[in-house]
Amino acid sequence: MSDTSPFPPPHQATPPPERPVQFGWSLFVERIIERLIWVTGISTIVIVALIFYFLVREGLPTFLDITWRQLFGRRWYPIEDIFGLWPLIVGSILVTFGAVVIAVPLGLTTAIYLGEIAPQWQREILKPLIEVLAGIPSIVLGFLGWVALAPVIQNLGAATGLTAFTGSLILAYMALPTIISISEDALYAVPKEYRDGALAIGATQWQSIWRVVLPAARSGLVIAVMLGIGRTIGETMAVMMVTGNAANIPALGPGMFFQPVRTMTATIAAEMGEVAEGSLHYSVLFGIGIVLFLITFGINSLAGRLVGVQTNDRRKGKL
Amino acid sequence: MPKYGVTGPPRICVMLALLLASLGMLASCRTEAITSDETSVGIHRAIQNKGSDTLVNLALAWAEAYQGIQPEVSIAVTGGGSGTGIAALINGTVDIANASRAMKDEEVEEARANGIEPVEHVVAIDALAVIVNPENPVDQLTLPQLADIYTGRITNWKEVGGDDAPIVLLSRETNSGTHVYFLEEVVRLGDSENPDIFAPQTLLMPSSVGITSELRRNPRAIGYDGLGYVTEHEKMLALAVDSQSPYVTPSVETGADGTYPLARFLYMYTAGEPTGEIADYLAWIRGPDGQAIVSKLGFVPLSEE
Repeated sequence: MSDTSPFPPPHQATPPPERPVQFGWSLFVERIIERLIWVTGISTIVIVALIFYFLVREGLPTFLDITWRQLFGRRWYPIEDIFGLWPLIVGSILVTFGAVVIAVPLGLTTAIYLGEIAPQWQREILKPLIEVLAGIPSIVLGFLGWVALAPVIQNLGAATGLTAFTGSLILAYMALPTIISISEDALYAVPKEYRDGALAIGATQWQSIWRVVLPAARSGLVIAVMLGIGRTIGETMAVMMVTGNAANIPALGPGMFFQPVRTMTATIAAEMGEVAEGSLHYSVLFGIGIVLFLITFGINSLAGRLVGVQTNDRRKGKL
Repeated sequence: MPKYGVTGPPRICVMLALLLASLGMLASCRTEAITSDETSVGIHRAIQNKGSDTLVNLALAWAEAYQGIQPEVSIAVTGGGSGTGIAALINGTVDIANASRAMKDEEVEEARANGIEPVEHVVAIDALAVIVNPENPVDQLTLPQLADIYTGRITNWKEVGGDDAPIVLLSRETNSGTHVYFLEEVVRLGDSENPDIFAPQTLLMPSSVGITSELRRNPRAIGYDGLGYVTEHEKMLALAVDSQSPYVTPSVETGADGTYPLARFLYMYTAGEPTGEIADYLAWIRGPDGQAIVSKLGFVPLSEE
């Protein structure tokens, strides 16, 4: 046995397993199992639909009772019925953008190193370590950010260590394991023949990675980045601890990352406990949930389209 | 074996994952044991007591001391903020709600709509201390100066006699009774017509600990906290009503005699007039034994009525 892989190598048709002829009882059992799988599959869709239904039902008054002008105002002070979502949206976008800028280059290069360059023994050490990173609860990372990272940021010259940048750093480390493991899978899925071919026509290892392997794995890499962003924008606890929670719109410029911000998720988490059910504040918090949902939905469908374009290209042989 | 033929996680990683998972399970078992213990007592006759973070240490101390006198009565105390406690009282999930502010009219109406008549009990007095890092050279402020600082009209310490450094504003979250009290008495200077609110750059901390630990490491920060929670790592500012009035340092004495401008009542609310164990407990709190604990924790005891 030269190949112990449980997966068949790509581009090699495996004959379908022979199916024994079935009668009576076993046929009946098979029907039941098929039904069960159908139910579990459908239930996921039903649950998603229900979540969306309740989100809209609770959050809809936000968009009906408050004028759009106020909704996109620059102040958020709910106990005086000032519901401007703009600072919260800006806060979430700043923190997420910073995290992506830090995590994507780090994650992709780590994955390339692990998948293409690192010798076997290094990979065996590094991969479990990365998975340990994935297992750290977000609250622990948040605590670390609060105790260790914030003073460092403050010493760098920020007025306070609790800034959007602190949140970005923590979130980047939270998104890294996702980005690394999914993009490594994508690199792994590129057939070995591609690399052999590139090397055979005289390409260096770098040329083969940059010109052949990465383009071939592009759709998987896009998914990795998008899932990383998804993890980042929805993260709550850690962000709440390190971003200072000031519903403030920082002035445009390089200093904007070094000011405290308040994200949408932190706002929901911090204020949900106090609101009376059915009040306007309550539905606005659900309204924030809807906005958050729409943003993640937008990112996901953008990712889907990018990946779709990719696979179409590949099918047409444009690669 | 081809280079790309290695699939699946290496064994060491599976083992690590298992180890982590079992650790996680251990941890969750422990917390479960504790909570189930609490609820099993709760089935019998635990008084549920929830609300203000300002009051939580005091409420815990009362509950503990009362357990020594009346071992058959158990009291479960949780924090979360005055708004949280009052919301729980309105929803009927607690027996006593702790609040560092009086209930708002809307809250009383909501409770009545739910068939609950909230009854107010004053249990202690708290002096709200305005605190800065001990390295900060500023020792005293007037209330109008403080209002200007918290509304963002004053943004640099040098404008109030300190170093040339930006002021970092710290506050509790909006569900905190202390936040509402500070808004009414300091930011709006007690004028209910005044529409001023906290400056947008105010950092809203989820807990008192958040404020004090940021203050300890940041000499530019200013915050506020109940007198009972201030330690030697923070410096209390002397406050004056205006520039003509004397500056008063917060203490149990100045809180009790009314010279310190930011002293307030702390409340417990019950659903209807309390009866049985809850009535006994509240009477004990307001009595000499309960009030002795109040001064021990740095709050101001109620004067003899």
